[in-house]
Parts: sequence; structure tokens; C-alpha cells
Amino acid sequence: MSPQSLADEAREVRRRILLTIEAAALGHVGGDLSVTDILTTLFFGVLDIDPANPMKPDRDRLILSKGHCAAALYTVLARRGFFDESELATFMKPLSRLNGHPNRRKVPGVEANTGPLGHGLPIAVGAAVGLRLQGLKSRCFCVTGDGELQEGSNWEAAMYAGHRKLGNLTAIVDRNGLQQGATTADTNDLTPLADKFSAFGWEVEEVDGHDHAQLLDVLAHRRHERPLFVLARTVKGKGVSFMENRVEWHHKVPSAEQVAAALKELA
Amino acid sequence: MMGGAIFSGKELFDCRQAFAEELSALAARDERIVAVCNDSVGSSNLKGFQADYPDRLINVGIAEQNMVGVAAGLANAGLVPFVCCASPFLSARALEQVKVDAAYSAYHMVLCGMSPGMAYGELGPTHHSIEDIAWMRAIHDLSILVPADPYQTRQAMRWAAAAEGPVFMRIGRFKVPAVSDEKAGFEVGRADELRAGSDVTIVATGTLVSRALEAADMLAGEGISARVLNLSSLAPIDRESLIRAARETRGIVTAEEGVKAGGLGGAVAEILAEAHPAPMRILGVDTFAPTGDTAFLLDHFGLNAAGIAHAARELAA
Repeated sequence: MSPQSLADEAREVRRRILLTIEAAALGHVGGDLSVTDILTTLFFGVLDIDPANPMKPDRDRLILSKGHCAAALYTVLARRGFFDESELATFMKPLSRLNGHPNRRKVPGVEANTGPLGHGLPIAVGAAVGLRLQGLKSRCFCVTGDGELQEGSNWEAAMYAGHRKLGNLTAIVDRNGLQQGATTADTNDLTPLADKFSAFGWEVEEVDGHDHAQLLDVLAHRRHERPLFVLARTVKGKGVSFMENRVEWHHKVPSAEQVAAALKELA
Repeated sequence: MMGGAIFSGKELFDCRQAFAEELSALAARDERIVAVCNDSVGSSNLKGFQADYPDRLINVGIAEQNMVGVAAGLANAGLVPFVCCASPFLSARALEQVKVDAAYSAYHMVLCGMSPGMAYGELGPTHHSIEDIAWMRAIHDLSILVPADPYQTRQAMRWAAAAEGPVFMRIGRFKVPAVSDEKAGFEVGRADELRAGSDVTIVATGTLVSRALEAADMLAGEGISARVLNLSSLAPIDRESLIRAARETRGIVTAEEGVKAGGLGGAVAEILAEAHPAPMRILGVDTFAPTGDTAFLLDHFGLNAAGIAHAARELAA
């Protein structure tokens, strides 16, 4: 898919996320809109996956460590064909399989049950080790939040991935600079983030996390002898002017009027 | 101080030896089997495995949260990881990963809590794993096994390798005699009746099973008929055998190398309180331990034949 097609798809994904969260009256809209372009690029332009055979052994893996952005993941999975888009209307409704955090036992295309932060990267490291051990050429991708990197388990995993020179592993941080209560800089500053991963033995790339051409360029082809860390600079709430870069939209639910205004911006 | 007459002179076993041999045997038959450890090659007895299968030993270093997450990832990639880690650190440091990455995610992985209970004796409560069973029991969709001897250790591992779901099992370090009736086999979810009895029932697990048998011998000399159940499968648990014991004998003594809240005793009490209330004595560890070797500490907490027999007499009276 071309960068322009990805941009068109991402716009539609954002619209669906807003409608899904409005229907549920729950969700994490700011992070969903922040990570949309990363997930859209991966699922429509990078991952070797087959929605008709979601468990094929040599598939690429995408582990969404920031599991609270399940609405973005579900939307992309549905539009990629893993399940019917109409099911998005059940998001977080009683007995829906679309829980507030993803469940691999119920939702095809979900690789790990995430939610507590700092779980995805260790799992991705294990999958990368396991794929390599079996001689499979599949790649493993992990998308984390930035605030989430305050969890120590990430650094345990980062250290081991560097040690094992896991060239089939890519971690992408959705670097929007905001966590639930404040900026990451004011809470427990992560900088210099790229230098930290570099010091742990990773290759490092920095991109605009909303620029599909840049994302495709660093993600589409495996060309690494070491694990790759992609620092994707993003804006929380991206695409909706009154949500962008505002901490309160971490999990605030938009009113009907706000959804209408947002959809107009995303027309 | 093993003490009792029936096991005096009998060979004693560190179950880690059977564990190491069985893991290599499983790996020889099944390419999916890998070992994951946290700088615990020596303490988990993995040197032979490392020599035979260097690529299949994934040593993440001293990082237990990452260790369990990595194991889940290996399972995601189609492998069957045996996580080999001192039980206090596996169960406590990585508890959220056990809950979420193993159990809730339903990955087929075998979490081997090495040297559980008070096996690390003089190293003290930081290194004792007396809470592991209680913590693991609170997690859904996780099988929990406490093999009592080398035979059960091997059989539990074979079952776990084929289980297709997450398993936690204790692998004992404190030396124990063989207690199993191998002709009766090993079945997950079944309590093994090692001694028939009609006055009182002793339900024991792990290191306490041989001590329960010694207690039964002491009691027999006093005319008290004690049934002994080896409950090596905490989840799933043999409700029927426990209810039958409550119905057919005058009370139940439970004995475990672990905390008294929420472990074996708690599991038995939960079932009987609802299905067939019976007088009980729950024997376990009720404080952080003082300094001492494992045998000393087991005696200190009354986790020996005399302590079990004393509790049984109260119920049989």
C-alpha cells in the first residue's frame, strides 16, 4: 500500500475509533489516535499476516504492549479482515470479546494479552528468539507507549534483545510525550530515549510517527543485524484539533457534539 | 531429622536430579522443548541440558519478569518453554507475568519453581518460597503440581510437556524418600491414597508426604487408623477424595511446607466447608522463619511425624 493509501486508510481508522469509543462511552481516545498511523502502516504495509489463517506459524508478530489502545488495534484488525467491522459496535459492551484490553484467546490477530504496562517487549523478545531458533524468517514487532517505558521490565527485555542481537525484532515507541497524568518529562523523564536503546545495543531510527512514507521506509524491510528501535514522534489525540496534545484526552470520552466536530475534521 | 522408622536407611532424593534427567529426555523426543532460566543453570541443575542443547537454553540473566515474558513469547513462536527458577523469585517477582502472560494468555509453558518451601534454610525468609502455592492458587487457568518424589516429578513433567496450557510445579531440593506406588501411576487431579485408614485423614503434599506416612505408622501403634492422601495436584484438585475422607473419617489434618493461609489447607477447607464440613487441623508455616537448616525449620514448625501425629490424635479422640 502506498503512503497516500495508508494515509487514507488511517483517516478512516480514526473515524471508526471515534465512533467506537462514542458507542462504548469508554476508551483511551488520545493514545488510540496517537498510535493509529503506526498500526495502520504495520497491518496494511508491513506485516506478513493472513487474516484467513491468523495462527500460521511463520506469520509476522505484532504485539501491542500499550494494551489500553485496544480500540485502535481492533479497528485495524477488523478493517484488515480478521473479523467483521460491525463487531466494533460491541466494544466494551457486556460479554463482547472486544474487552478494554486485548485477549488473544478471543480475538483473532491478537498475539498477547496486554494491559499491565511493560509486558509486551519481553514477550516480543521471546517470540523473536523462538522464531530464530526454529529458522523462521518471520519478524516480530512490538509497539509500546512512551510512559510505559518507565516500567523496569522493558529494560530487562531491551538488555537481553541487545545481548542476543535479535535482528528480527523491532520495537516502536509511540512517543507522544504524555502519560495519564502529565507529560513524561514532568513525571519521570525518558530522555535521551534513543541514546538509551543505542547503549543497550539496538539500532535506532527516529521518524515522524504520523508520516506513512517515513514509517514504511524504516519498517518495511528487514535489514538489521541488531534489534531496531524506532522512536516514532507522535501527537496524542492526533487528527482532532481540540484533543491534540492535551493530557485530559487520555481517556476522556467525547460528547456527541465533539464526535461530530471531530468527524468533520477527519472528513 | 527425618526421624521416623519406615524411611530410616532408605535412599533420599533431591528431585532436581530427576528433573534434569527428565528435561533432557523430553528435549530429546520433542524439539519444541526449551529451558528458560535466570542465571540459574547451576541451581536448576541444567548443566547437562546446556551441554546437550546449548541453543535451547535461554538464560535471560537475573531478570525474572523478563524471563516469564520471554517464555510466553517462546510459546507464541510455537515452542514449549520450561522456566527453571528458584521458586521464591519466580512466584513473587514475576507474579503479574505468571497471571497475565502465562495464565490469562493461556500459553503452554511450564513454570518450575525450584527449591521451594524452606529448601534454602539458613538463607532465610527472603529465599523461602512458602507463599507460592497460595499465590498460584488465586490464578485461574493455571495447573498447580507439587510432586512428592522423583517418580512424581518425572510424571508431572511428562504431563506438563503435553498439557497445552500453563503449569506451575514445585521441584523439590530438600531430600525426600520415594513415596509413590508406581503401579498406581500418576494422574493430575487425583489424590493418591497411600495408606488406608478409617479414624482420621492426613492430607499432605511435597516434602510432607513421607512425614505423613511416618505419622500414620506412629498412630497405628496407638490403635489409631490414619488414612494418608498425597495431594500432589492442587489444581485441578480431587474434590471427591477429600469429601469422601471427610465423610468416612473423623477429621482432616493437612500438612504442607508453606503458609497456612490459602495453600493446601486452604484448598481443602474451601471444599469441605461447602460440601461436607469436618474438623480440621492445618499444619504449615505461620511466621517468617528463624535461622536454621531446612530439617531444623520443618521440626521448628511442627512439620514432622510427631507434629502431624499430635494433630491427628486431637481429631481422632
